[in-house]
Amino acid sequence: MNNLKQEDHSRSAYWRANIKILAGLLIIWFISSFLLGIVFVTELNQIRIGGFKLGFWFAQQGAIYVFLLIIFYYVWRMNKLDKQFDVDE
Amino acid sequence: MDILTWTYIIVGLTFVLYIGIAIKTRASSTKEFYIAGGGVSPLANGIATAADWMSAASFISMAGLISFMGYDGSVYLMGWTGGFVLLALLLAPYLRKFGKYTVPDFVGDRYYSQTARLVAVVAAIFISFTYVAGQMRGVGIVFSRFLEVDINTGVIIGMIIVVFYSVLGGMKGITYTQVAQYCVLIFAYMVPAIFISLQLTGNPIPQLGFGGTLNDGTYLLDKVDGLLTELGFIAYTSGSKEVIDMFFITAALMVGTAGLPHVIVRFFTVPKVKDARKSAGYALLFIAILYTTAPAVGVFGIYNMITNINGQKIESLPTWVQNWQKTGLITIEDKNQDGMILYQKDKVKNELTIDKDIMVLANPEIAGLPNWVVALVAAGGLAAALSTAAGLLLVISTAISRDLLKNALAPNISEKSELLYARISAIFAVVVAGYFGVNPPGFVAEVVAFAFGLAAASFFPIIIMGIFSKRMNKEGAIAGMIIGLIFTLGYLIYFKFMNPELNNKDHWWFGISPEGIGTLGMILNFVVSIIISKFTPPPPQHIQDLVEEIRIPRGATSAIIH
Repeated sequence: MNNLKQEDHSRSAYWRANIKILAGLLIIWFISSFLLGIVFVTELNQIRIGGFKLGFWFAQQGAIYVFLLIIFYYVWRMNKLDKQFDVDE
Repeated sequence: MDILTWTYIIVGLTFVLYIGIAIKTRASSTKEFYIAGGGVSPLANGIATAADWMSAASFISMAGLISFMGYDGSVYLMGWTGGFVLLALLLAPYLRKFGKYTVPDFVGDRYYSQTARLVAVVAAIFISFTYVAGQMRGVGIVFSRFLEVDINTGVIIGMIIVVFYSVLGGMKGITYTQVAQYCVLIFAYMVPAIFISLQLTGNPIPQLGFGGTLNDGTYLLDKVDGLLTELGFIAYTSGSKEVIDMFFITAALMVGTAGLPHVIVRFFTVPKVKDARKSAGYALLFIAILYTTAPAVGVFGIYNMITNINGQKIESLPTWVQNWQKTGLITIEDKNQDGMILYQKDKVKNELTIDKDIMVLANPEIAGLPNWVVALVAAGGLAAALSTAAGLLLVISTAISRDLLKNALAPNISEKSELLYARISAIFAVVVAGYFGVNPPGFVAEVVAFAFGLAAASFFPIIIMGIFSKRMNKEGAIAGMIIGLIFTLGYLIYFKFMNPELNNKDHWWFGISPEGIGTLGMILNFVVSIIISKFTPPPPQHIQDLVEEIRIPRGATSAIIH
């Protein structure tokens, strides 16, 4: 019984840790596309990087690169979390 | 050798390759037919997902679409890639752990309800059919343009090829043909893009050439902004859509992507939960190669069109312009009879009409590349259309043989006859899709936009809540799904079919266009299901245990054997 409870406890701790990672990454996802590429695009377009206006660059290039970083970081982070909570395969 | 001979050779060789793969990888069990036996490596699955996802429209039309929309075209770039973040983080690992074969499988089991399963089956079939009709048409168009055959003959050749490898190989067959198709399509896309970038900006990487300088030292984007404003258009880097509409369209495309059954089902094919996560990353990587190149191709295209055609004498146009005039993709009409071509926003004065597809199709000739590259682009377009069509057809046949027959109407059929039914329904699905390809309903383009809105308003919320809320019950889910679907469909039909003349900013709710309404439908679905579930009994204990179970990665390998 004690053992079962402990497992329950670690499962919910695993889930909470997972949600925390997800929330952080989804905030970055939202900022890189919706805020930098859409809502604040006019302001960011004042800044230039080479031939790009920054807001335009985020909307047509940058957001996609950020998405890639998010997923690969998530893969790495979750593999670590799975091992830590001993739920990996 | 001329272009036509090269095209026959290259397209012929790729077809032999696809059929060869299909014969080698034919499916011998329902598990192989539905999910490739669950043994696909994350890398192969990522590549196959990319080919599955990128359709004829992504390959042929997207760059051109963006080149005429400028900044506004960003909705497609962010929308069709950002969905993979949602898939990787919120859906793929848990659905893989759940370990069955289809999306309606999940909906039916998680919401312990045949009604929920049936609503999901109908939505999956409807979404996939609207999408596949466009693909078959795309196959026909590529054939007719490059092989000089009739569009309908093209559709029929495409049907035969797709039947061959999807009926024989099922998911296993299409997975490995999609891997081959991705290689063909990305090579065909990148070679002309690299040469055009080099030619215009001196930088071989299109993503950098995009922000590079022209021979005269000005930045390409500044130059295009200037050219367009001179001709009466708005600058390339600024848009005309309202912020709220950009926001809602992007969100609808992202969420719709994550809710499309033919994309979700690909993550059932890998062995482990961590493979599902990783393969979503690979999928986006392989998609991003094309999606970060497309806006560069778009801006190179519009620059080449304006500088090579506008203000030029009609008799001294480059040969590629004359070639494409024959196909009707470039039309020139000398309205003021001065022997020169004038490109203008003002429709009365404008003398040049360009079809958006030309931005990709004419690239090899603009860059002065050899004929075999032109042939390669044809093979690439076909690979993109065929791979997407096969993925969609598989969803339809699975929905019929598994979700309708095995799980609802005839639960006692044997494995062998289920496999036979799966093959028969694949043939049936190809024939129906081919029919729509030959007789396209006038609204094909419109209904593809529907697919995203409907997927966003139906599948996405109930799958998310099925994983992240133990309290969500069947009453809430069914009500949410139905309200989300009816609302979204109603708004689309009202503005697209009943009152197309009212389809503008002044009449839209909150300034949201029909393309973006799926986001509101999704929010509505969430709200309705949460409220309804509060007033109805919680799901039974075994369902709550199921939710608990899919949240933990361990055991996915065994979960699939049942």
